Amino acid sequence: MNETIFQKRIDAEKKIEPKDWMPDGYRKHLIRQISQHAHSEVIGMQPEGNWISRAPTLRAKMILLAKVQDEAGHGLYLYSACETLGISREELIQQLHDEKAKYSSIFNYPTLSWADMGAIGWLVDGAAIVNQVSLQRTSYGPYSRGMIKICKEESFHQRQGYEIMAQMASGTAKQKEMAQDALNRFWWPSIMMFGPHDADSPRTGNAIKWKIKRQTNDELRQSFIDKTVEQAEVIGLEIPDPDLKWNEERGHYDFGEMDWEEFWNVVNGNGPCNKQRLAHHKKAHDDGAWVRDAAKAHAKKPKIAATN
Amino acid sequence: MAANADVWEVFIQSKNGLAHKHVGNVHAADKVMALENARDLYTRRNEGSCIWVVKATDIISSESEDSEAFFDPSNDKMYRHPTFYNMPDGAKHI
Repeated sequence: MNETIFQKRIDAEKKIEPKDWMPDGYRKHLIRQISQHAHSEVIGMQPEGNWISRAPTLRAKMILLAKVQDEAGHGLYLYSACETLGISREELIQQLHDEKAKYSSIFNYPTLSWADMGAIGWLVDGAAIVNQVSLQRTSYGPYSRGMIKICKEESFHQRQGYEIMAQMASGTAKQKEMAQDALNRFWWPSIMMFGPHDADSPRTGNAIKWKIKRQTNDELRQSFIDKTVEQAEVIGLEIPDPDLKWNEERGHYDFGEMDWEEFWNVVNGNGPCNKQRLAHHKKAHDDGAWVRDAAKAHAKKPKIAATN
Repeated sequence: MAANADVWEVFIQSKNGLAHKHVGNVHAADKVMALENARDLYTRRNEGSCIWVVKATDIISSESEDSEAFFDPSNDKMYRHPTFYNMPDGAKHI
């Protein structure tokens, strides 16, 4: 009965709010998806943080700092949205540390050169934007509002990445080679960020029915590829896919098959940086414990003169 | 493990003269930290001229499932709206 009313509200494009009745499966799906999203923002600070101290100019350094700070902010918006579903921040972080919650596999690849800051901004943030623009219309109110806020801030990220790629691609032969190399390494992992093909994605059905997801993995991936091909051409870089070609009939680009064995291997913890990323997060969290304790102790101290 | 820090709801006045608007929440141990965290999280791009923070536990909300009954008293009072009234033809500035 409840479920019928719930589905009617969803079908009428009404947003679901924290206190509204919702099926357990809806709540569970949201907690998994939003927490994975939040963890991705936070873990995503690491590959970029790697280059803050080695940014080539003061301008580049300030921009990168602001970008990494934004990622932290986006993580917090998403943790807030997730907590409205009745799970605490501590539980969410514990699930990450226990490897029960995932984060986007893209962040398990190393950032080997400055050009990787370009490739991440352009491709990884670009792919994230395609996904997040679609999620602005998600049926869960707090998630939707978080996405709207994030999308407003995210387009600077993609533009700063593309600017780096454009600069390097029009620089010396060596710089162009670095840009091409970054594109070669990040292209396939980026288009795999959208997840498995719809046919191999068992949870897509409910997520679409409940309007948590508004477009399927394959639809979002196609939209990202269609946008990005021309951007690569404009700056004279080549997308590393020999099967990539315009399909007049479909009105979309055709592209080659992704290496799903590699994808699942990285998802399951065997990527180049999985252990490093998680170990660093745990260490930062543990090292910060005394600060959280001190803040709480300070808050409990009787105030000498009450200000209000 | 340490317990959760308090949750504070954040309201921002985007510029002088406008109403404060709810933007989200932050975790903080006390009110000073709540204000500073709210500033760092929600005003990185000059979004505000003033911030309010309120402990989430201090907010009382009406229940959305009772909203029909709760707001019922105002539903049948169309005469509260100016469009309810018939104005004679030719009357101006009213």
